[in-house]
Amino acid sequence: MRRFEQKSILVTGGAAGIGLAAAQCFIREGGYVTLVDVDERALRQAVENLGSSAAYCVADVSDARQTQEYIACSMSRNERIDIALLNAGIEGPIATIDGTRIEDFDRVMSVNVRSAWLALASLLPLMRRQGGGSIVMTSSISGLRGTAGQGAYVASKHALVGLMKTAALEGAPHGIRVNAVCPAPVQTRMIEALENGFNSASPEDAKKMILSGIPLNRYAAPDEIANLIAYLASDEAGFCTGAAYPVDGGASAGPARHIQES
Amino acid sequence: MLLKDKVALVTGGASGIGRSIALVMAREGAKVLVADLDDTAGCETMELIRAAGAEAEFFHLDTTDPGQHAEAVRHAQTRFGKLDAACNNAGISVGRSKSYLPVGESSVVDWLDIMDVNLNGVFYGLRAQIPALMQNGGGSIVNTASIMGQVAAKRLGAYVASKHGVVGLTKCAALEYANEGIRINAVAPGYVDTPILKFKSDAERAELAAKHPVGRLGRPDEIAELVAWLSSDRASFVTGAYYAADGGYLAQ
Repeated sequence: MRRFEQKSILVTGGAAGIGLAAAQCFIREGGYVTLVDVDERALRQAVENLGSSAAYCVADVSDARQTQEYIACSMSRNERIDIALLNAGIEGPIATIDGTRIEDFDRVMSVNVRSAWLALASLLPLMRRQGGGSIVMTSSISGLRGTAGQGAYVASKHALVGLMKTAALEGAPHGIRVNAVCPAPVQTRMIEALENGFNSASPEDAKKMILSGIPLNRYAAPDEIANLIAYLASDEAGFCTGAAYPVDGGASAGPARHIQES
Repeated sequence: MLLKDKVALVTGGASGIGRSIALVMAREGAKVLVADLDDTAGCETMELIRAAGAEAEFFHLDTTDPGQHAEAVRHAQTRFGKLDAACNNAGISVGRSKSYLPVGESSVVDWLDIMDVNLNGVFYGLRAQIPALMQNGGGSIVNTASIMGQVAAKRLGAYVASKHGVVGLTKCAALEYANEGIRINAVAPGYVDTPILKFKSDAERAELAAKHPVGRLGRPDEIAELVAWLSSDRASFVTGAYYAADGGYLAQ
């Protein structure tokens, strides 16, 4: 059974990583995908690989006018948006709260949270008119707990969970489901940046430190997050709304250091 | 198919969510051992699966008996050669008095009835299933918790306590067996249209439906799809998690 046959799907942050893996998943099962990203070269490459079911629109998702434009662009292709994956995000610099520059905090909140709010403000009325839809937002394990040195990122990902729940409540009477996925670090560009940020002298040590908090003792593959996104986006998840789903190798189940038993 | 050639054990598989889990897992390619206290309804589930062209067996299981869990696992291994997945789903919402009472007025026997089935039964299941999954080189367990694993509702003291207990036990077991290739998760159904609501009047059922932002009760298959997904390799990075399928109940 192809779960996304003839579905029109919007993916922000779609040029690489989780967004691209999700797009592949949607297209494999019959969907039409519009990718949105700031990186045009990567978008062009992605669409070339994905084939005729994919198109792209270059946009800064934190900008209100560009949000209208990428939604119009997706609508012009398929005349509806059945599924939206709001996935664009940045990690920001690794710094304590008092060591973070105000403009860096604002930038993280703008790309990660303002973007999602802008998208929802357009998508909710649009999906209401369509008679329903499904929205998945990429939060993070940082949407469920804190991490020293990532104040802005943690705040932004927690904010996404709150926004998701509110959107779910507002969308519920109209057949619109809204959920969030909360990945632990995934093998993408972002995790390499984080390893360098935590310990530029020895990213390998940073990796050990990060993995010691993940019971499965590895990073996720983008596909493993995409599989969950696809499930939540599909009709099989008909009673799932307003929830944040960890996909984190057990990290949020408890402080899981790999302690040798004495 | 999500569970091609897998062998799965489902407790409480005779009716409601459990029957739907057994059916969906079988549809996805699993051979299913349907375990339940109710032989007649349990065999019906087995026949439904066989009628759809898949393999199933029934096993009489009193989930409050640790020895019977061990026998159920052995039966799955003998009949189907191995065990890949288990769903500890058997549960009750009231004890023998069939009454919903505030904590201060609840009887000890009702408390013990509910804890025995809902929490002890899951523990007994886990300790029988985990060694079989280790022998198998890994696998997946899904425990049926509830939205009452995170929040409470009046007159459900033992039920709420038991389901919170299931969530904690799930997380602990997940941490302990992450390195053994065994993933252990819990699902949190909202109120689902099943026989567990049979003591409710139509007005009460409508009231329960209205508690969900989506304005309706869940269907058993909407929980079963999530259990099947979590049991499959598609959920390879998901362990120790508590997954809601609750029509928005917990988001309020």
